[in-house]
Amino acid sequence: MPADNLVEIRDLNFTYNVRPVLQGINMDIPRGKVVAIMGLSGCGKTTLLRLIGGQLKPSKGSLKVNGQSPQDLDKDGLYALRRRMGMLYQFGALFTDLSVFDNVAFQMREHTDLPESLIRSLVLLKLEAVGLRGAHDLMPTALSGGMARRVALARATALDPMLMLYDEPFAGLDTISLGVIGNLIRHLNDALGATSIVVTHDVQESMKIVDYIYFMSSGKIIAQGTPDEIRALDSGFVHQFVHGEIDGPMPFHYPGADYAADLALETAHV
Amino acid sequence: MFDPAIAAIRATGSHVVNAVWRFGFACRFFLAVLTHSGMSFRRFQLTIKEIYFSGVLSLIIILVSGLFVGMVLGLQGYETLQKYGSEAALGSLVALSLVRELGPVLAALLFASRAGSAITAEIGLMKATEQISAMEMMAVDPIARVVAPRFWAGVISMPLLAAMFSAIGVFGGYLVGVIMIGVDEGQFWSQMQSAVDFRQDVLNGVIKSCVFGVAVTAIALFEGYDAPPTAEGVSHATTRTVVTSSLAVLALDFLLTAFMFRGI
Repeated sequence: MPADNLVEIRDLNFTYNVRPVLQGINMDIPRGKVVAIMGLSGCGKTTLLRLIGGQLKPSKGSLKVNGQSPQDLDKDGLYALRRRMGMLYQFGALFTDLSVFDNVAFQMREHTDLPESLIRSLVLLKLEAVGLRGAHDLMPTALSGGMARRVALARATALDPMLMLYDEPFAGLDTISLGVIGNLIRHLNDALGATSIVVTHDVQESMKIVDYIYFMSSGKIIAQGTPDEIRALDSGFVHQFVHGEIDGPMPFHYPGADYAADLALETAHV
Repeated sequence: MFDPAIAAIRATGSHVVNAVWRFGFACRFFLAVLTHSGMSFRRFQLTIKEIYFSGVLSLIIILVSGLFVGMVLGLQGYETLQKYGSEAALGSLVALSLVRELGPVLAALLFASRAGSAITAEIGLMKATEQISAMEMMAVDPIARVVAPRFWAGVISMPLLAAMFSAIGVFGGYLVGVIMIGVDEGQFWSQMQSAVDFRQDVLNGVIKSCVFGVAVTAIALFEGYDAPPTAEGVSHATTRTVVTSSLAVLALDFLLTAFMFRGI
C-alpha cells in the first residue's frame, strides 16, 4: 500500500439482505487531507463510513485503513485500530448521563492510566480548541445542537486520532454553527496531522474546507475531483446537486401513475 | 381455497422461526453479559452507580407497597384466624406469607415495573441516539461498560429490596394486628419466631428473589439492546419488558415453589 494513502478501497461491494447498497467502490484517502463523500440521502455514504470504522463487513472487495483490513481483524485488533480513529456522529451522540467534561474525558479514562489532574488539563485543552472550555460542567441536555456537535468533536479528538470520520457534521445547524464546525474540521485536521473523511450533502460548506470530493449516487461513485474541478463539471446529476436545482436527472416527482388519471379528470369530462 | 390456509401456516411458521431466533439471540446476549462481567467487579463504582438507580430509587415504591401489603395481610389474616380462635398465629401467617411468597414476588413485579422499564428505555434510547455505536467506535465494549454493570446491579438489588419489602410488611402486619386490633404482642412475635425456619423459609425466599433479579434484569437489558432505534421501538420494548418479566416472575415462582416446598 502506498504510504501516502491512509485509506484504500478497491472494488468494494456491500449488500444489505439482497439489496445492493454499494457497488464497485474505488477510493483513495491520502494522509493529511480532508476528503468529502457527497450524495443524496440513502446513496450509501454512511454505510461506507461504517465499513471504514469496521462496524459493517463488505460483501466483496478490499478496504484498508493504515494497511489493515478492519473486516479481517479480531475484536482486540479492531478495537486497537479504532483507538486511532475518531468519529463525529450526526447529532453528536454524547452520553446524556455524563457532563461535557466527563464526555470528553471518557476515552482517556477508559484507555489510559493518566492521573486525573492530567486528564483535567487535557480535557480543558480539547474544550478550549472548540471554544467550549467554559461549558465543561454543563450536561448535554443544556447544549444547543451546534454546541453538542463541538463537544462531540472535542471528544472524538480526545486521543489525537490519525483518522477522523464525520457523519453529516453540518446537518441541522444554523449558518454561524455551520461555519464554526467547518473551520474546526479543517483546523483540527491540520493541527493534529490527521486525515478526515466527511460524509455530507452540504455542498457549499464542505467545498470551502475539503481537498477532494467523491460524488456518490445509488451506491456508486459517479464523479470525483477537487472542489474547483467539481464546480466546473457540467455533467447532469453533479451539476444539479452542486447548484441545488429542483429538477433534472434526479426528478422532482416520485414515479407514479398519470396525474390526470389519478385525479379522474377523464372520467369527469364524460 | 387453500390460499388462506397456506398463508396462515406460513405466518405461524414465520412467527415460530422468529421466536426461536430471538430466543437464541437472547441466550447469546445473556452469555455475552456473563463473560463480559469482569469490568463490573474490577471497577465496582460502575455497578454501585447502577445499584443507586435500580435499587435505591426503587426503595420508596417497595417500602410503601410492602407496608400496605403487610397491613392488608394483618386485617385479612385476623378475620380468618379468629373464626378458628387462632388469632395468636397472625404473626406466623404474616411472616410466612411475606418471606416465602409475597416479598420476593411482589418486590420483583414492582422492580420490573419501576427499574426494569427504566433500564429498557435507557438502553433503547442510548441505541437510538447512537451512544452505543459511539462507544463501540471509541473501542469500548458496550456490553462490558453499559450492560453488565446494570445486570449485576439488578441481581444485587433484588434480594435486598425483597428483604426490605418483607421486613416492612411484617411491621405493617404488626401495626394492624397488635396496635390496631389488639392481638397479644408476645404471642404475635413468639409464634412468628417459632414458625419461620431460616433455611426453609428465609433462605428459599432469598434464592427466589435472586432468580427473579436475574430474570427481570436480563429481560430488561435484552429488550433495550434489541429495541428498534425509534421512539415506537423503545416504547414497545419497554412494554414488553414489563409484560415478559412479570410473566417470567410468576412462572418461575411456581417452579421454584414446587421444588422448594413440595419436594418435586
